[in-house]
Amino acid sequence: MNPIIKAENLSFSYPGDEESKPVKALRGVSFEIPEGSFTAILGHNGSGKSTLAKLLCMVNLPDSGRLWVAGREITAPDATERDILEARRDVGMVFQNPDNQIVATIVEEDVAFGCENLGIPPAEIRERVDAALAAVGMSEYARKQTYNLSGGQKQRVAIAGTIAMNRRCVIFDESTAMLDPMGRREVMDIIAKLNREQGVTVLLITHHMNEAAAADRIIVMNQGQIYLDGSPREVFGKPAAMWAAGLDVPQTTELAYKLRQKGLDVPLYLFDAESCAEAVAEAVRRRSGKSAGGGKTGS
Amino acid sequence: MNAIELKNVTFTYGKHMPGAVPALDDVSIQVKSGGITGLIGHTGSGKSTLVQMLNGLLKPDSGTVLLDGIDIWAEPKKIREVRFKAGLVMQYPEYQLFAETAAEDIAFGPRNMGLEGEELDRRVREAARFAGLSEEILGKSPFDLSGGQKRRVALAGVIAMSPKILILDEPAAGLDPEGRRDILGGVKRFSRESGTTVLIVSHSMEDMAMYCDDVIVMAHAKILMHRPTAEVFSRAEELAAVGLDVPLITRVAAALRKNGVDIGLDVYTVDYAADKILGML
Ligand SMILES: Nc1ncnc2c1ncn2[C@@H]1O[C@H](COP(=O)(O)OP(=O)(O)OP(=O)(O)O)[C@@H](O)[C@H]1O
Ligand SMILES: Nc1ncnc2c1ncn2[C@@H]1O[C@H](COP(=O)(O)OP(=O)(O)OP(=O)(O)O)[C@@H](O)[C@H]1O
Ligand SMILES: [Mg+2]
Ligand SMILES: [Mg+2]
Repeated sequence: MNPIIKAENLSFSYPGDEESKPVKALRGVSFEIPEGSFTAILGHNGSGKSTLAKLLCMVNLPDSGRLWVAGREITAPDATERDILEARRDVGMVFQNPDNQIVATIVEEDVAFGCENLGIPPAEIRERVDAALAAVGMSEYARKQTYNLSGGQKQRVAIAGTIAMNRRCVIFDESTAMLDPMGRREVMDIIAKLNREQGVTVLLITHHMNEAAAADRIIVMNQGQIYLDGSPREVFGKPAAMWAAGLDVPQTTELAYKLRQKGLDVPLYLFDAESCAEAVAEAVRRRSGKSAGGGKTGS
Repeated sequence: MNAIELKNVTFTYGKHMPGAVPALDDVSIQVKSGGITGLIGHTGSGKSTLVQMLNGLLKPDSGTVLLDGIDIWAEPKKIREVRFKAGLVMQYPEYQLFAETAAEDIAFGPRNMGLEGEELDRRVREAARFAGLSEEILGKSPFDLSGGQKRRVALAGVIAMSPKILILDEPAAGLDPEGRRDILGGVKRFSRESGTTVLIVSHSMEDMAMYCDDVIVMAHAKILMHRPTAEVFSRAEELAAVGLDVPLITRVAAALRKNGVDIGLDVYTVDYAADKILGML
């Protein structure tokens, strides 16, 4: 399958001023994102995640390296303003603070805002907005005031805006950071659905290891470079490497790691409470069976 | 004595507007001196409104706010002193940064309190170290920092004022796991050593479980419960009913019981769960 994003050796520095040196935020980052995939991006504060997101959305252009978005090379010497504008339609972003994303006072107007900028005919906008609101479960709120919404509801409206624009790829930059547990779960469910049912490519930047465990793939950034890149099972299978990079692993993995150190055979890659508990119970039974001389096995 | 006490506090934003609903509805709490108390609740439940009552940023429509037993509105002219006594790091502190450099930003509060020279410098450096800010970052403009770095600057700014009560509204949102551990672990050490009373608002049940002695649960502008941490997280269904949750490890403990391995339901840290499981072998 064609990658929707291909990055080759991307580097980016923020210019310094009189007092400070330039900051090398990205140093030679390469990867391919297959269309329709779900990738989580982890990394310590200042590791370059948001900088990378801004390059992929073409808010900034890289200092060096090459970048392809939806088949167009943005960094080609002959790339035109038009190429970049078109590529920008394909990639959208949802940010952390729900209050900063909303531009209109009525929910459906906010969802339509991006489409209006694209010059789409009003009848089609109507259809797209209705479908987008239904997709995020906010149809009832179409005519409501945006300022009355909870944080989770605002994030859902922001996501509906990107759905209405038919984005092929959406980058969520810590979009659940300000939400309560239920709001976070709702938004994560909507993101997963967007990916599964509409085939939208998802890049999820997060500091929550449990959220990353739901992705197909995890890219871990460290000081402007890619540090680990693999499935959740591979990445969280190296807890020591994650701790060394200032990160963490899901609590189920941490528990398994501690039990393994004492010789209990529990896999590191079970990320939900039920399967983790089953594996632990099984290991406990096996061990108690052995220490009792095989006399009272539990199963 | 209670460091913080709210007696029947009610507050409504824009109360003259038709249809306005209270953000705090007859709220009473008592927080002991010297501990770390968590405040959890669904979005819009009134947490940020409550903490802004504590340093006098908002004034109750009715009811009383007492710090160390003293009504903070008894002498409205002295409300400025309350801001130094109860230091609040706001929910979106990045919007509060405005100085030329991070160091200047941190110095702003203590300078307002009348500190200068070496003492001011010492306070700034100590607070910066506590928030995990390097010398290099101190010289930068706050606008050139990453999200997590800005949060640390805002936190250092309040700590530099050495408040008696430290109130943190979502201090760890946006911080990486090590940053969360640094800051919350640091706050805990600071509280234990200095006796400072700390109130932390957070949506991370895991963090609350790790660092708080007791937890206040808010829902729909009211207090739902205020109990020791272990007890709060053993009431999973009540929490779920108001949009909250328990730590993942607590759910593992519940699932373990269903699988015939009973380590209790008051399990809320990984270390405790591991010890309990290993103790059964
Ligand atoms: N506008 C800017 N001007 C100058 N330097 C910047 C700017 N934005 C970010 N930086 C610097 O670039 C580096 C990478 O920042 P970036 O925002 O990409 O990190 P991040 O991984 O998104 O971090 P966080 O988890 O805190 O959001 C950091 O050292 C940061 O200080
Ligand atoms: N400045 C304001 N003007 C009008 N209404 C407000 C204002 N600030 C908050 N509210 C409303 O008051 C209620 C309580 O809000 P508050 O910010 O205290 O909730 P919270 O528990 O801190 O939520 P979150 O977890 O999203 O931060 C909400 O219904 C909110 O919409
Ligand atoms: Mg960022
Ligand atoms: Mg709040």
